[in-house]
Amino acid sequence: MDDGTGSSRDVAALIADYAVPPGVADEMIGPDGRVRAVWQPFLDRFARLSPEDVARRFARGDRYLRDAGVFFRQYRDDGPAERDWPLSHVPVLLPESEWTDISAALVERAELLERVVADLYGPGDLVRDGFLPPELVAQNPAWLRPMVGARPPSGHYLHFVAFELGRSPDGSWFVLGDRTEAPSGAGFALENRVATMRAFSDPFEHGTIHRLAGFFRSFRSALQRSAASLEGRMAILTPGLGTETYFEHAYIARYLGLMLLEGEDLRVVDGRVMVRTVAGLKPVSVLWRRLDSAFADPLELDGGSQLGTPGLAGAIRGGHVAMANALGSGIVQTRAFLAFLPRIARALQGKPLALPNIATWWCGQQAERDYVAENLSRMMVGPALSQDLPFETTDDTVIAGRFQDGRDLDPRAWVRARAGDLVGQEAVALSTTPVHEDGAFRPRPVMLRVFAARTAEGWRVMPGGYARIGPSEDATALALRRGGRVADVWIVSDRDVPPETLAAPQETFQRASDSLLPSRAADNLYWLGRYVERAENLIRLVRAYNLRLAETGREDDPRVARAGAHLRRLGVPSEIGVPGAVTQSLDSAIRCAAKVRDRFSIDGWTALQVLREELGDIAARVQPGDEASRALGQLLRGAAGFSGLVHDNMYRFAGWRFLSIGRAMERAQNMTGILRDFASPEAPEGSFDIAIEVGDSVMTHRRRYQIETNRNTVIDLLALDHRNPRSVRYQVSRILSLVSELPGAEVNGELSHVMRAALRIETRLATAEPEELDAKGLAALQTSLVELSERLTAAYLV
Amino acid sequence: MRYDLTLGIAYDYAQPAPLMRNLLRVMPRQIAGVQQVLEARISVLPDPDVMTDRRDFFGNVLTEVVHQRPAKRLEIEVRARVDRTEPAASLDLTPLLDRLPAEIAGQRGLEPHRPHHFLGASPRVEPDAAISDFARDCLPPGEPVLAAVRAVGRALHGHMRFDSGATDVNTAPSEAFAARHGVCQDFTHIMIAALRSLGIPAGYVSGFLRTRPPPGRPRLEGADAMHAWLRAWCGTETGWVEYDPTNDLIVGAEHIAVAVGRDYSDVAPVKGAVRSAGGAATRHTVDLVPLD
Repeated sequence: MDDGTGSSRDVAALIADYAVPPGVADEMIGPDGRVRAVWQPFLDRFARLSPEDVARRFARGDRYLRDAGVFFRQYRDDGPAERDWPLSHVPVLLPESEWTDISAALVERAELLERVVADLYGPGDLVRDGFLPPELVAQNPAWLRPMVGARPPSGHYLHFVAFELGRSPDGSWFVLGDRTEAPSGAGFALENRVATMRAFSDPFEHGTIHRLAGFFRSFRSALQRSAASLEGRMAILTPGLGTETYFEHAYIARYLGLMLLEGEDLRVVDGRVMVRTVAGLKPVSVLWRRLDSAFADPLELDGGSQLGTPGLAGAIRGGHVAMANALGSGIVQTRAFLAFLPRIARALQGKPLALPNIATWWCGQQAERDYVAENLSRMMVGPALSQDLPFETTDDTVIAGRFQDGRDLDPRAWVRARAGDLVGQEAVALSTTPVHEDGAFRPRPVMLRVFAARTAEGWRVMPGGYARIGPSEDATALALRRGGRVADVWIVSDRDVPPETLAAPQETFQRASDSLLPSRAADNLYWLGRYVERAENLIRLVRAYNLRLAETGREDDPRVARAGAHLRRLGVPSEIGVPGAVTQSLDSAIRCAAKVRDRFSIDGWTALQVLREELGDIAARVQPGDEASRALGQLLRGAAGFSGLVHDNMYRFAGWRFLSIGRAMERAQNMTGILRDFASPEAPEGSFDIAIEVGDSVMTHRRRYQIETNRNTVIDLLALDHRNPRSVRYQVSRILSLVSELPGAEVNGELSHVMRAALRIETRLATAEPEELDAKGLAALQTSLVELSERLTAAYLV
Repeated sequence: MRYDLTLGIAYDYAQPAPLMRNLLRVMPRQIAGVQQVLEARISVLPDPDVMTDRRDFFGNVLTEVVHQRPAKRLEIEVRARVDRTEPAASLDLTPLLDRLPAEIAGQRGLEPHRPHHFLGASPRVEPDAAISDFARDCLPPGEPVLAAVRAVGRALHGHMRFDSGATDVNTAPSEAFAARHGVCQDFTHIMIAALRSLGIPAGYVSGFLRTRPPPGRPRLEGADAMHAWLRAWCGTETGWVEYDPTNDLIVGAEHIAVAVGRDYSDVAPVKGAVRSAGGAATRHTVDLVPLD
């Protein structure tokens, strides 16, 4: 029986080949060459695991990430590109005592940055008194003139910041850069934590590891308080799918129960910021901004921005909305500022920085310029106004005296000529931390992103972090730019810490109100419902076509031709195998779902992805005919699985209603189209059967009518029968019942336009005889369904 | 000289937006001792739901206009009466060009008149090697700053041809310079880039030009619409000097200033979230008539 502890010999074997590169510190091995105390219990347990155990545990963590939909993704025009989340399963361990010092230093630094931002958008004393060169502000694109003089309603500019930390060879910590614009990574840190805990469940002791949930909760409370004082709601403002951190925005929104909004969701009306919801415009008073400041308002800031909200800057100046962080806060993450912060700290806080930052020299000053020019071998030299971290280099960067793009230019002369455009930064070495590779621990350079939030009790530092790990032993900070892995950070106490659950979001926080569904989200849900149903309908039709083709072997058979013509009318040019239109519908569905990830269950998302993958497999291998129809049947079951998940698991909020209306609307329209083609008087023999089959009503028909199919039985069953879930009438009744629960459906006894339209169609279908639904009647029905969709769109979705 | 000013701008929208928000910088600036605005009125059609005035960072009058109902056409009209003082001829007291950096360094603070805002790149004026070379080549050695400004302006005026149809509001200075033609906006942007490359702080001025010249004087280019010129910072003693590169002259009593900024992006007369195709106004007329 595994007692959870390994012998010292096991540990010795585990780290026997662990060779810390010369001249750098290591997280696991102390300066005395022995394992640091905080790592000992972890290593003891790890050493007892068999290679199979390790593999199984790591796989468990990876499976969590995959199931949760955590991928490393980028959205491009041609669709999302994803690769596995690069989790290094071995966490970085730090003792609580050390962390306490780091936290205290970072709180001081956060407060310092706050004071610098407040001064640059307020009195401007730092420049006037010579603590900052005026050109670093006046010529800095991150300094937003429209925000100068605008006091934030809370009195604070910064609310959520991050710091990039590294450990020097002498063991001390230093700051590589500050992130104040719209820091990312906190959500990923949460996901890394959950995945890492899955990997190191029992017998690993977790009781002494600091939890992360409390940090997020207290920040959320702080936002909530400030929202309440301004009489509005709070939300996360995201640039949307186009950013690689969108997943994180959706994740945090879901985790904290916040609305996830894009610029186009917002309107500025009479100086107030409003969100367009299905229940009309509602005030928003706090925005946790994940969108770069310059893009926030195309009118006053970057005019080329498609992501912003016209008038937002003015609303902020008016004091009606608080932003975390204030627009323009990114000014203090300018590289050149690092050269001046040490002196500013002494002036404003009366003492040196508790945690130094990377040594930085601004080349606009004679002595500094000379120093950089004479010490190029130990420097990275790059743009002074860059917002990037030191290791994020461009072609225009000189490292150790060489241009990154290899250009033939004397770097010394370049430094002297470009002067104030440049900063030199010390080429720092980072500490190493173990990764598990090929059955052994190996040292890799590491950098920590640490987060601080302003709460009711002041700045609070997240007890953990987002570790980035270099791909090779090269311990210079530059190695990080080549990409690598990420890891969890454990702050380990000497005693048990109070448990705080990282519970599922819906258990942690209740979504505020049903009516707060942004119109854009509703629109995406509506179309998600439509696209999935559209794909399903196409699959049924294509299957029917292939069955007939396999039966007759002739494309000119009247029924085959009829089915082909119907497909062509739906935009399916080739009926062979799995047509591209099915793929397109599913891709469109996935695009819609991706835009409402914060409102969409992980299972539903996964089902959709799986369906798309299966479709890809099938499309690649099946041939027309019988085999295709079997494969298509398999797809139909997948689609039904998705619908079932939605139906059974999704909470009956407004979002679910729009998804369901979309589905019903698509089904009603599709069925009407099918009847127009396959139940018309001139349709070839056997067409009625196709309609019944595509309508999935073969058994019902047989039981109900006990006669051969004729036009009246088909119309009766597929258009008028209120008990057949495939009939138009059934779907219209469903739409009616769903829209009757939407906001504004009935005001003072008066029905909305949408309600009237739905009710009219239902009444007509309820009272019609099959004969009335002739070609003309079906065409009129189709038109009224399209009108209903348009009214719904106008009322709720735009 | 006292002027009556009329400005008319109209936009037609193919697809009116439900909510239209525009920022206007069209009101003449009050400049003590130089330009006195006696009265000024702006009217907008259709009647806006919200219309507010404030000052932007550079002190320009900024009028925000909101229409909460779709409009197919937006009309803006400004009528003003302005006194413009003829500047007295003065000696060139500006420092030698190589002394300018020290004087700039002595200017601390972020106030809008400080020279630091007007060096380096700005949204519409990126450094351009061809323009920098041109500026260096036309500069005689050992000149005072103001003489350098005039030398660059004269050379540029010789190099470029005024052509009202060759460029549009979005043309980059490097492009207009390479093609050697453009309108006042291009002349101004190019010369701002040239002066900044020499270390001379330079900014953009929008405004109006007297429509018909005094008897016996040639008609100036750029009087038919809003005009643009530049201002250059010529040292602590002299401060800002305005220069019209399109007409190669130091700005005098025939120019009425509206807004100053780093480049066009800071002073665009109409900035809207909804634009007609290409952003061009469908109508744009100016009349600046002296009252005798």
